[in-house]
Amino acid sequence: MSVIVRTVSRVVAPVALAFGAYVIMHGHLTPGGGFQGGAVVASVVALLVVAFGCERWRKWTHVLLPLEDVGAMAFVILAFLGVGATFFRNVLAGSGGLFGAPVPQLGPNPGALNTAGTLPLMNWAVGFKVIAGLGAVVLLLALFGREDG
Amino acid sequence: MKRWLFLASLLILAGYFIAGGVWLRPFGEPARSEMDRYFIEHAQTEVAANNVVTAIVFDYRGYDTLGEATVLFAAVVGVALLLRRARG
Repeated sequence: MSVIVRTVSRVVAPVALAFGAYVIMHGHLTPGGGFQGGAVVASVVALLVVAFGCERWRKWTHVLLPLEDVGAMAFVILAFLGVGATFFRNVLAGSGGLFGAPVPQLGPNPGALNTAGTLPLMNWAVGFKVIAGLGAVVLLLALFGREDG
Repeated sequence: MKRWLFLASLLILAGYFIAGGVWLRPFGEPARSEMDRYFIEHAQTEVAANNVVTAIVFDYRGYDTLGEATVLFAAVVGVALLLRRARG
């Protein structure tokens, strides 16, 4: 692509990455979550593929595809944490430990990051899954049809 | 013959859509149900999450999210299988 597109995507890509991380991290407080933030970060992959060509990102598929499985495994393991009561029981909520604080006040409030138990962890697991999965799909579709592609 | 069949099915489909539009429920009715009242009132105490949608998606209805993740996994595996670099 042209110099303009490459320069603009150099500026936009870090901002979009930070925004995607914010959407995933605050999934239990603000609209969004793992799926949405993962899609934002995967759009950065699409931007880089369009701007800089797909050849230089070829070996990233070997990183992204296992990362997708890691996210899926983390999600299922977090779900199995509560299997003493039921599958998907939120064992960390209200326990006082990691992410175990209660909400600051009932009703509308700005919220605290250290709440909601397993929800933030599950958001990160699903976020990694969507980042790696959608990023790998975009890369594989872009690489398809090249020589030795 | 084929054209008449196509036309008849198109008319029936259009009739269904128009009937659905005519007999649509008024906007915002029913206003609340028991289910969403429970979720709205208990999400902050039970799950300690401000975002009720995330509380439903990852806690009350985790199975749905697991299925969603499985769909994404199947899609990625399908693309990787079809479009990978051929060996040998």
